[in-house]
Amino acid sequence: MAEVLLQVEGLTRYFDVSKPWLNRVIEREPKAWLTAVADVSFEIRRGETFALVGESGSGKSTIAKMVVGLLEPSEGRILFDGQPMVGTDGAAMRALRRRFQMIFQDPFASLNPRWRVGDIIAEPIRTFGLASGAEIRREVARLLEVVGLGARDAAKFPHEFSGGQRQRIAIARALSSRPEFIVCDEPTSALDVSVQAQILNLMRDLQDEFGLTYLFISHDLSVVRHMAGRIGVLYLGRLAEVAEGKRLFTDPRHPYSRMLLDAVPDLEMSGRRRKRVEGEIPNPIDPPPGCAFHPRCPLVAERCRREIPAPVPTGDGMAACFAVAEGRA
Amino acid sequence: MTQPLLSVRDLVVEFPTRRGTLRALDKVSFDIAEGEVLGMVGESGAGKSITGTAIIGLIEPPGRIAAGEIRLRGERIDNLPEDRLRRIRGKRIGMVFQDPLTSLNPLYTVAEQLVETIRTHLAVSEREARERAIGLLDQVGIPAARRRIDDYPHHFSGGMRQRVVIALALAAEPELVIADEPTTALDVSVQAQIIDVLKDICAQRGAAVLLITHDMGVIAETADRVAVLYAGRVAEIGPVADVVKSAEHPYTRGLMGSIPTLTQTGDRLTQIPGAMPRLDAIPPGCAFNPRCREVMPRCRTERPEPVARGGGRQVACWLHAREGVAHG
Amino acid sequence: MSEQTEQRPSALRRAWDSDLAYSFRTSPVAVISGVVAVVIILGAVLAPWIAPHNPFDPRTLNLMDGFTPPMQPNAFTGNVYWLGTDNQGRDVFSTILYGARTSLFVGFAAVLFAMVLGISLGLVAGYRGGWVDGLLMRIADVQLTFPSILLALLIFGVARGFIPPAYREIMAIWVLIIAIGLSDWVQYARVVRGATMVEKNKEYIQAARVIGVHPARILLNHILPNVMGPVLVIATIGLALAIIAEATLSFLGVGVPPTQPSLGTLIRIGQGFLFSGEWWILAFPAVTLLALALSVNLLGDWLRDALNPRLR
Repeated sequence: MAEVLLQVEGLTRYFDVSKPWLNRVIEREPKAWLTAVADVSFEIRRGETFALVGESGSGKSTIAKMVVGLLEPSEGRILFDGQPMVGTDGAAMRALRRRFQMIFQDPFASLNPRWRVGDIIAEPIRTFGLASGAEIRREVARLLEVVGLGARDAAKFPHEFSGGQRQRIAIARALSSRPEFIVCDEPTSALDVSVQAQILNLMRDLQDEFGLTYLFISHDLSVVRHMAGRIGVLYLGRLAEVAEGKRLFTDPRHPYSRMLLDAVPDLEMSGRRRKRVEGEIPNPIDPPPGCAFHPRCPLVAERCRREIPAPVPTGDGMAACFAVAEGRA
Repeated sequence: MTQPLLSVRDLVVEFPTRRGTLRALDKVSFDIAEGEVLGMVGESGAGKSITGTAIIGLIEPPGRIAAGEIRLRGERIDNLPEDRLRRIRGKRIGMVFQDPLTSLNPLYTVAEQLVETIRTHLAVSEREARERAIGLLDQVGIPAARRRIDDYPHHFSGGMRQRVVIALALAAEPELVIADEPTTALDVSVQAQIIDVLKDICAQRGAAVLLITHDMGVIAETADRVAVLYAGRVAEIGPVADVVKSAEHPYTRGLMGSIPTLTQTGDRLTQIPGAMPRLDAIPPGCAFNPRCREVMPRCRTERPEPVARGGGRQVACWLHAREGVAHG
Repeated sequence: MSEQTEQRPSALRRAWDSDLAYSFRTSPVAVISGVVAVVIILGAVLAPWIAPHNPFDPRTLNLMDGFTPPMQPNAFTGNVYWLGTDNQGRDVFSTILYGARTSLFVGFAAVLFAMVLGISLGLVAGYRGGWVDGLLMRIADVQLTFPSILLALLIFGVARGFIPPAYREIMAIWVLIIAIGLSDWVQYARVVRGATMVEKNKEYIQAARVIGVHPARILLNHILPNVMGPVLVIATIGLALAIIAEATLSFLGVGVPPTQPSLGTLIRIGQGFLFSGEWWILAFPAVTLLALALSVNLLGDWLRDALNPRLR
């Protein structure tokens, strides 16, 4: 079995959303904290695609940012190939940064509008000092071809391209430092369906060709099913369930996973009956006590209102649910 | 055959720019029968939002309806003066926009907005209007409607706000509701709820729905018929089960194949090469011809007219032009 | 699969076709202002070569030429001067060219100084946020409560106390530049700070941070090019204001030294002769100053509207 490339343990992140100090003093209000991510643990093995799926407030983007070092965790550890992300500095950190990259959601904001495409793609190469002069130009041309664009496109500006093409440029930039691991934060959510298909196919081809490992963030279950080998379902900052890809869709264990799957519109028109979805995502600043899902859960018990469920192993993953632990699910 | 509720014939919408005139819609035709849900699907730039905007008469100048007719129960509404159009808006055609945050005025309570709409179009007293408003909120599934009606929009969550917007659209009892991407800004679990609400309340009130969205799944669940738009033209239109399961236009087939589903097998998604042409670069003949796997020489020069294929289906494609007659 | 390749029009053609150039071509105000400004600036830049006389070289002056009205032969020497001469026999046309030179030099330099200072502080404040931002913005707020002319006078007075008399004349112009620049940097800082705060959250900045680009490089290479738009508009209008400020200070007698008169100095000199009939000594420098400031101002207005994102 392949080695573990990324290990995340007990990852937690708070945000201080208190009112300004003066207001708090006058209104006698305590500090307000938003727990965006709470006690998330998972590991990703070399060569696999691990997906994190969730709705708004689930914390998936925050986790992505912590994994690549854009945000510091409040608690917990992130280990990339055994090396901690926090606490490593200088040359060691630079060496580490070379090995991972990130692709963002918004193709219009992820490329500097004032830079030429060639410079955008070459930035990682230059920053890590991997090549110089004519070699950079050749490498950029090669990368453009790899993602399905042309070498001539290096002289153009981002606004001359469509959303799908810009995402290809972003992918070329991500590949230019020859990373092993790429975090993809909703890479196709802003694209039309037919363009999304092109990009997803491209990403899979690249993974096969370069042996890449992906952390794939999305809210779209169908996309995740197509791309991922293992999937983690997040709800309000906590992992509800982790399961092997296909199994999650045939036999979801956590009640939230089931509800999420139920809510996906039925394109096959199989005429399946849908259970009515209850409630909405609660306010993350003021989450329900105990299991955050309990107000909407069909299997809720007294215990769920008081205690936060611990992860229960489920064969190929885990589920954080008392109903699962007690065999009721 | 009964007269359709809404009839759009050869609608052309143009936007003059300094680089030339852009045609956002190029001879679009379709009907909506009473009480039916017509889905309008297409990718960005296909013209689906513009269709909804054109019907309700909200195209921003210098954009304009350059040709064609829009008839509501036989009467033309595309060439009405503004004051008559305003009376139709809301009273006979309601609109649900994409972003519930900006569709509701944050400075007025929900009660005030609902009552204002009701009283603008129906001759009822303030108290009666308020009762109706509470009833509406109840119907769209807002719990404790009587108490919550006096809340401001920001007191509601995203899904609840969209329900309020739906209630607002139906407040004056319109015959047609145009819903432009009503679920796109919402979470998946909430999307399902809103689709159900929309379907139920429109069915109850006998209102027809023009459901505009890029999400084929939502169409499959909600619509009776679907029109597929491409580059400002109708590629295919027909009963939703037919179009989804056995599409005839190559674009529709490519589109259906590129959508990942929860049950499909296979490694690659079907991909359509290239991208939808920009409005200033639409190729001659069939707009889809540069990307079509089954392109014929004729496709590059002549634009295909919609051809009836039986069972209420129409396809604008030279592959299917041999049979059937172009509709009149 | 490669996207279709097309012949790219030349850069010049693309610039001519761009929305900005089109907006310029079709706005009569912009074109006229542009022409006027360019003419005056060119005249000022080329003054040593195109001025008929050097008005500030005492050896070439002839007191007998003084007070000659425009386009009329002098009673004593018979020389004709386009715009007449002043009390010392200096050709007004030449004094205007050299005066505009000084005015424009001070104006551009002051704006440049204010820009560099304001942009740097704005970038840092916007990117770092927190207490750095708070401190810089409070300093800016305090400075804004002082009227700019008063501030310039204050700086002048302080500088005068420091600089020994021998160097005062040489330093005067630099003190002037610093004084005007220091009274003006806040608006650049504010605009850049706001724009930086918007840009820093965009994904292309995050992409640069992911690969570990140093914050200074991010500020300079990524953010700065994207916040310069509004800065150019402010700079254009700021130039007009700087020119007026310099004229005001020179008029008050605390601006440029007499050996390097600017348009303001000329106005001060000319003012003394307005009511004794030699109107041209005041009129032409004043009109030039007005034309220069107005045209630059109008260009700034046009630029602001042309760059307005509502067009997109």
